[in-house]
Amino acid sequence: MNVSVVAQAAQSVEGSNPALNIGIFAAFVVVTLVIVFRASRNTKTATDYYAAGRAFTGPQNGIAIAGDYLSAASFLGIAGAIAVNGYDGFLYSIGFLVAWLVALLLVAELLRNTGRFTMADVLSFRMRQRPVRTAAALSTLTVSFFYLLAQMAGAGGLVALLLGITDRGYQALVIAVVGVLMIVYVLVGGMKGTTWVQIIKAVLLVIGAAAMTLWVLGRYGFNLSGLLGDAVAKGGAAGEALLNPGKQYGATGTSRLDFLSLGLALVLGTAGLPHVLMRFYTVPTAKDARRSVVWAIWLIGIFYLFTLVLGYGAGALVGPQRISTAPGGVNSAAPLLAQALGGPVLLGLIAAVAFATILAVVAGLTITASASFAHDIYVNVIKKGQVDDKQQEVRVARITAVVIGLVSIVGGIVANGQNVAFLVALAFAVAASANLPTILYSLFWKRFNTTGALWSIYGGLAVTIVLIVFSPAVSGAKNAMFPSVDFHWFPLPNPGIVSIPVSFLLGYLGTVLSKEPVNQAKYAEMEVRSLTGAGAEKAVSH
Amino acid sequence: MSTTESTPGDRGPAAGTEQGPAAEDWARVQSSPEFVQLRQRLRSFVFPMTGLFLAWYLLYVLVADYAHGFMSIKLVGNINIGLVFGLLQFVSTFVITALYVRYANRRLDPVAERIRQEIEGGAR
Repeated sequence: MNVSVVAQAAQSVEGSNPALNIGIFAAFVVVTLVIVFRASRNTKTATDYYAAGRAFTGPQNGIAIAGDYLSAASFLGIAGAIAVNGYDGFLYSIGFLVAWLVALLLVAELLRNTGRFTMADVLSFRMRQRPVRTAAALSTLTVSFFYLLAQMAGAGGLVALLLGITDRGYQALVIAVVGVLMIVYVLVGGMKGTTWVQIIKAVLLVIGAAAMTLWVLGRYGFNLSGLLGDAVAKGGAAGEALLNPGKQYGATGTSRLDFLSLGLALVLGTAGLPHVLMRFYTVPTAKDARRSVVWAIWLIGIFYLFTLVLGYGAGALVGPQRISTAPGGVNSAAPLLAQALGGPVLLGLIAAVAFATILAVVAGLTITASASFAHDIYVNVIKKGQVDDKQQEVRVARITAVVIGLVSIVGGIVANGQNVAFLVALAFAVAASANLPTILYSLFWKRFNTTGALWSIYGGLAVTIVLIVFSPAVSGAKNAMFPSVDFHWFPLPNPGIVSIPVSFLLGYLGTVLSKEPVNQAKYAEMEVRSLTGAGAEKAVSH
Repeated sequence: MSTTESTPGDRGPAAGTEQGPAAEDWARVQSSPEFVQLRQRLRSFVFPMTGLFLAWYLLYVLVADYAHGFMSIKLVGNINIGLVFGLLQFVSTFVITALYVRYANRRLDPVAERIRQEIEGGAR
């Protein structure tokens, strides 16, 4: 046997059958491509392309939201964090879930009633269009791009883990394949195709996680305490700490403060994520938007309960030592558990679901970014709303999707192997700092004006990025992006605890310090529309 | 796109898809008692509830962050306070979701529906 083949095989998860993994994933791709091509037949207008003709039902959209939201980080990352770091991993799930109440109570329905395609539609409704749209689009593109880059770079690591490909060139090839598939979904299927990919993926992910959860619990006679006891026993000397908080974040005062900061960004970031907001436009009414959030909350909540069992299950049946030393580190917990339970077939299924997860999330991000560029910047800022040809806007959006896809392939290949976890933290922090204050002020605060909106968006964006660049996530720490240099002066990897209050304050100050009068008429229109749905965009029937 | 509004740079996002009511109609509806009641009903539910769940969540985060000893107290077998507290966050999220849906269906939707029909009926 060839030495390099042995070395390579040793790098992938033990017991993994790459051919089987690829086969199952290929089946997913074929099925979704057929659906995307069928869905594309009716995609003609901008409303079809960006908002799937507003024809999805509440439950369908709710499942798609879960598919959009439950990224590979939630699935592999949280299960792994619980298996290795114990209780602290659970804290992520709680923040990610509770955040949906902000979306349900304050944002989803009012946004659906007021806007058409993008977050900027709502933010600029009663403001001066061009400056606010530009700012909102810039913030949308920033959040989407960082999130996209993190997912694409993560795909490289996943490939190493599940297919046993350690060669950087082949990893780059796989990242490129993921990128090209994503471009095809978005280009051909538009929002409708993307939504179906997310629905299929969400169903597979939840069923896969449910099956594994029942399997694990079944082994312990549905006794959670027994499962936890085994996880502690398998953890050795550090085992007992797995059940208690503080193993990961409790080390120092700074790390505790960092956890608080992360908790804030998680709970306030979700309702400001542009790709989440855009999903509310795919349903016919605000009531359906409400229904979709309810479905999403139940699915996401139940899924995170599964990951709790899966995490401790991986700790008990595989053991934290084996997980930490496996290729892929903590991310290998769920695949290793699948292998321990159901052998190579279950591992193959879970691996394919993980790939499908990345594909669905990046497709959602790409369509959001391309819509924001085409609808906000091209049509409303460059062309000042005067686009003669309705097809023109969709054409621009499609070209943008290809460009974003290509940029993210290159970015993903360059960032492959880097520690890019902070990119997701950055995306959430920007969403919570630049987007959410501006959304809440413009929906609920009559006096809010253009200056305030610009201050909270640009101020939030700038503060967040500056704090991240000068944080230990980028330099001056062992696991930083540039570990060999040290130019950090901000102590926390997560900037939320500073950047979120600063952005709220900037939005307030910008408003009260400017002499700009309130546009009473526009405020009346926006408030009546947002609360009653009068004049809201209707579903398109084909 | 539409030409319903005078200044091209100041167009509302939903304009152009249908003939919307005039500006004074929006202002009239906004100051109508029915609309004032709708706004009051919405805000009197969502604002306190948001304050409540954010406070409850922050309490959890702070306790998990700074009161490790308390969270580590075992209740039944290996189930400790931390786990129960965490699961209660799930329960409260599901409960608040259900409460809001019930409230919106009963107290918000009928009023919003009446006002919307009045506006859209009057505009045609």
